[in-house]
Formats: sequence, structure tokens, C-alpha cells
Amino acid sequence: MIELVSESRCIKCNICVNICPTNVFDRVPDAPPTIARQSDCQTCYMCELYCPVDALYVAPESDMQTSVNEAELAEVGLLGSYRENIGWGHKRTSTAKADQTFQILKQMK
Amino acid sequence: MLKTLTTDFELDLEADVLVIGGGPAGTWAAWSAASSGARVILVDKGYCGTTGCAAASGNGVWYVPPDPEARETAKASRESLGGFLSDRNWMDRVLNQTYTNVNQLAEWGYPFPTDDEGKPYRRSLQGPEYMRLMRRQIQRAGVKILDNSPALELLVDDDGAVAGATGVNRQTGTKWIVRSQSTIIATGGCAFLSKALGCNVLTGDGYLMAAEAGAEMSGMEFSNAYGISPAFSSVTKTLFYNWATFTYEDGTIIPGASSHRRSVIAQTLLQQPVYAIIDKAAESMRASMRLAQPNFFLPFDRAGIDPFTQRFPVTLRLEGTVRGTGGIRIVDESCASSVRGLYAAGDAATRELICGGFTGGGSHNAAWAISSGYWSGKSAAEYTRSLGEHKTQRQVKGVGEVGLQSGSARTLATNEIIQAVQAEVFPYEKNYFRTEQGLTESLGRLNHLWQELRNSQVTSEKELPRVREAAAMVATARWMYSSAIERKETRGMHKHLDYPELDANQQHHLISGGLDHVWVKSQPLNSKEKSESKIGALV
Ligand SMILES: Cc1cc2nc3c(=O)[nH]c(=O)nc-3n(C[C@H](O)[C@H](O)[C@H](O)COP(=O)(O)OP(=O)(O)OC[C@H]3O[C@@H](n4cnc5c(N)ncnc54)[C@H](O)[C@@H]3O)c2cc1C
Ligand code: SF4
Ligand code: SF4
Repeated sequence: MIELVSESRCIKCNICVNICPTNVFDRVPDAPPTIARQSDCQTCYMCELYCPVDALYVAPESDMQTSVNEAELAEVGLLGSYRENIGWGHKRTSTAKADQTFQILKQMK
Repeated sequence: MLKTLTTDFELDLEADVLVIGGGPAGTWAAWSAASSGARVILVDKGYCGTTGCAAASGNGVWYVPPDPEARETAKASRESLGGFLSDRNWMDRVLNQTYTNVNQLAEWGYPFPTDDEGKPYRRSLQGPEYMRLMRRQIQRAGVKILDNSPALELLVDDDGAVAGATGVNRQTGTKWIVRSQSTIIATGGCAFLSKALGCNVLTGDGYLMAAEAGAEMSGMEFSNAYGISPAFSSVTKTLFYNWATFTYEDGTIIPGASSHRRSVIAQTLLQQPVYAIIDKAAESMRASMRLAQPNFFLPFDRAGIDPFTQRFPVTLRLEGTVRGTGGIRIVDESCASSVRGLYAAGDAATRELICGGFTGGGSHNAAWAISSGYWSGKSAAEYTRSLGEHKTQRQVKGVGEVGLQSGSARTLATNEIIQAVQAEVFPYEKNYFRTEQGLTESLGRLNHLWQELRNSQVTSEKELPRVREAAAMVATARWMYSSAIERKETRGMHKHLDYPELDANQQHHLISGGLDHVWVKSQPLNSKEKSESKIGALV
């Protein structure tokens, strides 16, 4: 579930509000969006991909809330890690080009 | 209050073709309709580009070059799994159309990889990239997109033909109406808010809306797809569990359990936790796996688990008709439903035509979304053209019932209804392993829930989208279990403990429909090439 909107990183673009498939966020004038309906979060990680400044963190637990520590997440490189993995973001190239499904299917029985 | 919904629209639009749902099926439909010259509006509950199950996941595609031998193998591969209900003519059509459209994606700039012989490899699409591209392409083609705008009910004209839809913007509360000459339902399947990856927008809304306009369902008994995921996570991706060992808590191997023998896993989960470890993947494979499906590893990396060396608990999450095969009945090659002006595509439409009674996970589903989307868009545009001039000035009315019309002032306890329907469709002992008694009892409770929905009223309009989702889930479950009771055999994904064998006399489709009174009838296969073999695989 979504657990963090980083106050320090967020640039208040409201992209996450717009793109979240299950309408989890609410926009707030002159402030970062709030996580208004956390239990509706479907743990799809899409907001992280679209946040331009890696200000969001979606914890892997999909059925329960967990507590997270922003400094620790940043330290271990988890803020924005999915966006990095798929090569989205400024000066990155999509890793879709490196998709090795063919290697895997070759070895399927 | 409720009737205002059909009279007081802040956004009043007209289109030749309205597409409801913006996943792969909806975007392909919108693109092909717009390319045929139609004015197209696409509405989505979420945000077209991120919502639906394809955007959140990775998609293997049934992309097979037009080599007769390869195509033959592709067609033969799942016929027995599907219980011999698929149709080779439809398979050929889908294989052809998918091949063309996936090549089109390459022209549009989808960054396909090359294989180790340096040839382009086009059997896999990464969801976020694919759907971001589709959004861009339909915008270029002139499609108007309304995001965050769930459709709530269909409009029908005096002759009973579908004439658009109404809905609401869930963020602004703005009510919208789109009057259209033809309408395509591409709202995906129904996973009952199980939190399977990307599936919580998929609550069967399109089935409900279509049924209210008089459409029929087919194959609803094949609606019990369960995907393997880590117990704590949403990521239901089964491919890599091909290299997994499944164990009890103490580490001993569970006999017979595998990604293909999910019923053993389900059986065990009824008694105790099941663990997996993906230890059969060689070192080089592990690297390939990360490059193939980055989001498979996301929950593990974040939970601090190395799935190749550490055991982790797994569960089976219901994906219902998302990866099951049932949906709105298709009456001809145009992807028309049985109601005039209404078309269906993707998971919202029955996929039995190419998958029979077994999930097309891993390839067929994505191919079906692409090709049925493409055909429905083209046919809807043609239909609109055929209406000519007298198409304007029609009298239309909304045909939505539950939540939109109401007989009493009892307040709806929506969340309780949702939990109650989940309690009938999630448990393996009810939905995976079916029995006559279990199905009948569930159906009794589901019918009761339907009555409750029918007899109560929403307290605020804000609640409407959720109430309509609840109603759609209850309706879907009733078609599922009513069909399952009628199929007194085990075929495809429908596993009936009282009738564990496949019965040659039941090689037919089950058509269902109705709201207050659900009905089911059988329909012979159209296929000229009926299978010789009568033995189905039990999975
Ligand atoms: C985890 C996972 C992995 C998968 N992997 C594969 C694979 O490898 N290969 C394969 O072939 N298939 C796979 N599938 C299945 C495949 O993703 C689907 O079959 C395909 O995405 C269906 O496309 P669709 O457009 O019909 O539905 P979806 O992509 O689900 O889109 C439906 C759309 O309708 C919208 N909607 C719903 N209700 C309303 C409403 N009331 N008003 C407006 N809009 C609405 C939703 O927001 C959504 O955008 C996978 C599924 C899952 C869950
Ligand atoms: S997308 Fe990121 S930066 Fe933009 S509002 Fe959301 S959290 Fe803030
Ligand atoms: S993970 Fe998905 S559902 Fe949850 S907040 Fe982000 S975009 Fe929304």
C-alpha cells in the first residue's frame, strides 16, 4: 500500500492524484497531495512510476499498513527504485529494450 | 435525488463511438474507430494509461508469425486444456490481427528487444510502457479521453438500441453524458476487489451495464482464475513459479505442487501455509528474469527477500474473469453483443472463442484484447456510418437500475455487501473446488444480497460508483454460480467435485443473463472443426 508522500521532495504537480487508478489521493491547495483513501490502494506501483521526483513510496504489503521511514528508504535506494528499474525518468532509457522474456521462454517445458 | 442523475449533466457530449474502458482493448477499439473516421470519446474509471491489469503488469502476447507449422502448434496447444470449446476460425483471426497490430506497435516506437539471433522479439510487452504508448497514439488519432470518469449506466433509445452512457467524474463530482451512435464495453473482467495486481478497477461494471440493456453472458462458469502471489503482496504473476519448489512450513516438499498444478497448492492452503522458493532457476536465468519482469521482484526487494535463495509464503488471489474466460456474449465477427449498437472487447467479452474454458494467461488474453478491441472499434464505426442521417435526435433513457432507481429508503451498507460477496467467491472450497451443495448455498446468499441491493437506496451520490461496483460484483457472481451449477461435469477451469469427469455430452457453451431472475441455457458450438477427442485435461 502507498505509505509515503515525501514533503521535502514533492513538487505539488498532482500527477499522482490524476493517474492513480483507484483514486487514493486528494489534492490540497499549495501542499503535497494527501493519501485520502489508503485502503483503496491496489499496490500497483503506478504512482511511483509517474511521480517525476521520486517522492512516493509504495510498500509491498497489499493488505495491511506498515510504517516507513523516509530517510531509511532513501538511504537504501528504495525511493524511486522501480522507476529506475524500468528506465523511466530524466536521461534514462526504457529497459523494455532489454526484456529477456525470450531467454526464459526458451527454457520453458 | 436519483433521477437527477439522468437529467442534470454538466458535461453533455456527442460521439459516433463511445468506448467505455481504457485498457488495451479500449484503446485499440478507440484507435481503430478513430482511424475509420469516427468521432470517438473514451471514458475510464481510472486514468487511461495506468489503469487496468495490463498497465500494471507485463504481458506475454500470442504473437505467432504466419508460418503454418507455428500457427498450427499455437492453435493446438491449449485446445484440450480449454475443454474443446474454442473455435479455430476465431483463433486464426486473432493470430492474424494480433500479428499485424503488434507490428504496428513497433512502428509506433514500442522499444521491442532483439533476441540472441538479433531478430526483433515481439512476444512480450511491458505494461507501463505499452499503455503509455497507447494513450499517446489514441490522442494523436483525435480520441477525446475522459479520465477518472466511471460510466454508471447505458443509454438506450426507443428501439432498445444502445445510445451512449452516463457517469460521473469521481474527483470533481461532475456528471457526464455521452450520446453516441454505438458503444463499446471494454471495462475488463471482474476480480472482486481481491487486490490482484492492477485488478481493483475491475469489478464487472461492464457486464452489469450490458445486462441492464439486455445483453447476454457466455462462459461465466469459467471465472475462477487464481494467480500465485507472495502472501503479503499483490503481484500475481505465475510464470516464474515454473522454477519454484513448493514446501510446507517445515521445508518438506509438497507432493505434486507446481505452477501448473495450482489445485494442489489450493488444497494445501485450506489446511496450512504454503511456501515457495524459486530455486530451480540457474544463475543466468535469474538475471534474465529481472530484465523480463522487473515488477515481479519489486515486492521481494522491498520486503528484503531473495526469492531464489529464501523461502517465502505464497497465496492464491482470485482473478475471477480477468484471467478466466467468461464475459459478454459475442454474436458475430464484428464483436457485436446481442443488443443493437453495443459491442464488447477484451476481458469484458467472452474469450471462450479462442481459449475455451481455460485461462489464456500468458499470451491469449493480451492477443484477444488487441484483436477484439480492434474489430469492435472498426465495426462500431461502420455501424454508426450505416445509420446515416436519422441517427440524431433520438430519445434516450438510462437503463441502470441498482443504485440509480430505488424502491425504498433503506440505506445501503455497501462495504458489508462487498465483503459478503467476497466471502462467496474468494474461498477455494467454494469457487476453486465446486460442489452442487456449495454452489447452491452460495447462490442463495448471493440472491439475497441482490434483493438487498434492489431494495435500498444510496445516501449520497458520492457513493454511487462504489454501489454500482458492488451491484456488478453480486450480479457477476450470480451468473458465475448459476452457470457453474448447470455445468455438471469438470471442464476447463470449472472443477466440479461431484462430477469430476469431462462429459462428452456437455461440449457446449452456457449462455446466461438476467438481473432479478438469472437464467442459463446451453448453446451448441459453432465450430465446424469439432474436436475428435473427448478427453479434457484436469488442471
Ligand atoms: C498480473 C497479471 C498479469 C497478466 N499477464 C498476462 C500475460 O502475460 N499475457 C496475457 O495474455 N494476459 C495477461 N494478463 C491478462 C491481461 O492483462 C488482460 O487480459 C488484458 O489486460 C485485458 O485488457 P482489457 O482492456 O480488456 O482490460 P483492462 O486492461 O483490465 O482494462 C479495463 C479498463 O476498464 C476500466 N473500467 C472498468 N470499469 C469501468 C467503468 N465503469 N467505467 C469506465 N471505465 C471502467 C478500467 O479502469 C480499465 O482501464 C494478466 C493479468 C494480470 C492481472
Ligand atoms: S506526483 Fe510526486 S511530485 Fe507530483 S504531487 Fe504526486 S508526490 Fe508530489
Ligand atoms: S500503488 Fe497504485 S493504487 Fe496505490 S496509490 Fe499508487 S497508483 Fe494508487
